[in-house]
Amino acid sequence: MGAIYRREMGAFFTSGLAYVFLAVFYIFSGYYFYNEVIASGYTDTSPLFRNMFKIVLFLIPILTMRLLSEEKKTRTDQGLLTAPIGLWEIVLGKYLAALTIFIIAESIIFVYAVILAYLGQVVWATLLGNYFAMLLLGAAFIAVGVFISSLTENQMTAAVFSMAVLFFLYLFDSFSDRFSWQWLADLVTQLSFYNRYVEFTQGIFNLTSVLFYISTAFLFNFFTVRVLEKRRWS
Amino acid sequence: MIEVKNLTKRYGDKRAVNDISFKVEKGEILGFLGPNGAGKSTTMNMLTGYISSTSGQILINGTDILEDPKKAKSNIGYLPEIPPLYVDMTVEGYLNFMFDLKKCKLPRKAHLKDVCDLCKISDVRKRLIKNLSKGYRQRVGLAQALINNPPVLILDEPTVGLDPNQIIEIRTLIKKLGKRHTVILSSHILPEIQAVCDRIIIINKGVVAADGTADEIAKSITNEHKMTLRIEGTTHTASDKKEIADAIRSLSGIKYVRADMEREKGIYDFDVETDGKTDVRRAINKLCSEKGWNILMLQLSDLTLEDIFLKITMGEQLVHDEAEQKKERPKINIVLEEAHAPETEDDENNGGEQ
Repeated sequence: MGAIYRREMGAFFTSGLAYVFLAVFYIFSGYYFYNEVIASGYTDTSPLFRNMFKIVLFLIPILTMRLLSEEKKTRTDQGLLTAPIGLWEIVLGKYLAALTIFIIAESIIFVYAVILAYLGQVVWATLLGNYFAMLLLGAAFIAVGVFISSLTENQMTAAVFSMAVLFFLYLFDSFSDRFSWQWLADLVTQLSFYNRYVEFTQGIFNLTSVLFYISTAFLFNFFTVRVLEKRRWS
Repeated sequence: MIEVKNLTKRYGDKRAVNDISFKVEKGEILGFLGPNGAGKSTTMNMLTGYISSTSGQILINGTDILEDPKKAKSNIGYLPEIPPLYVDMTVEGYLNFMFDLKKCKLPRKAHLKDVCDLCKISDVRKRLIKNLSKGYRQRVGLAQALINNPPVLILDEPTVGLDPNQIIEIRTLIKKLGKRHTVILSSHILPEIQAVCDRIIIINKGVVAADGTADEIAKSITNEHKMTLRIEGTTHTASDKKEIADAIRSLSGIKYVRADMEREKGIYDFDVETDGKTDVRRAINKLCSEKGWNILMLQLSDLTLEDIFLKITMGEQLVHDEAEQKKERPKINIVLEEAHAPETEDDENNGGEQ
């Protein structure tokens, strides 16, 4: 796992993808930080995080698109799958590399926190709660992205498809009031990534939500492993 | 070392590999020979655990590849048809990655240096793989397979796309590796298999068509014995040709004689086929000295690997065309002769395939 993780980290930076990802993330977070936080005169970072949801939704597929699709296309997967390592190690190595880049991006918040601390009183509990929420969101979305990347040989297909899926997950709960059955509406609301995320940004720490994101991440990594496994048997 | 039992791979209705069984002993170099699409790569992919078999069993060093894949795979170094290279890495970076990936416990620096020296890629260690030529990439692929000194090496068409010098180098290297490793190598290039392998398995349409050394395979499928004679007559006229042919034909043990073209003035080639039991060389020599003819050449031409290969892979068709072939024999013989001349020439042919 370590070998794959290190290689992916190297590839993120040598290909320039990491720089693009970080730059775009910093541009938008900087914009929202200025517009929603500084300009509002409050030190509450929640609006920044609420707005970043949509940005993350489009950026994460860029991070995950080539992780498995390119291996398949260039046939380098033969090297990985014939090495004495397990499928979980391959998937987790790649997953954690993408997550690391995401964490590097997200940690810009501490720079903002320092700026805020200079201007006024920072509510660290909210800020850390927000940071943690975005980390969980990223963990879940990256797993979805890696899974979609394992389905295709084409990076662009993986990216566009991942964006569509993540966008659908974002809009998911807006369907809830369209259902006449209450239980279905409730279910859809329960499965909403956005609602749970917003709840965090409001400073509510809900353990079910933590579990929700973590199990989504686990589930999709598990699916990815199954896809790799199945490819061998077909 | 490697044991394969009733291996089958099905893709839908198509059987890519059908009930293949064989064993490879330690230190043996086994050649997989077969036309394109015969199932060579599929078999190798199953041996290395890249794909699974539909049924059957593969034991690497006594370990079942499906039961304990990690242990089995740690015994294998694999060079697939397309080397699994990350082109945006340097050779050094890539080999270090493979070193970690294979969880190699050997001293890193010394081991990587050995592997690079062996594959002659030490001079390109700092370069990006995408800037390397095909020959170098192939060698980096081979180096990757050698990391961690696996007892089994599986090489899928290792010389494809190399120039003649590189092909000879790689062959020499494989032979050298064969002393310490068990090697399975596939190719559709006959001279290559013949030059490198101790044993040959011919695969055709997913089944083992022949298994043994080149000689054994030749013996098992034929009892023909052929030779080519070049004889100078006495009169240097066209009548020599017929006279000589008739005289040879009258010897006992001769099945078939056919006069070939006139090589030089008054010198003819004859294709002679014996019953395989009688050694007619002395009789021919005696005959010629009695008649005052000069033997300028006598060459035994047992079936070449090429003949065997064609015979096996095109089996039935060949039998049907037997009559036709006898008529056309001169043409075929010339082709075989050319194709089978010195090694360097074969290499040029191969090199031209890139």
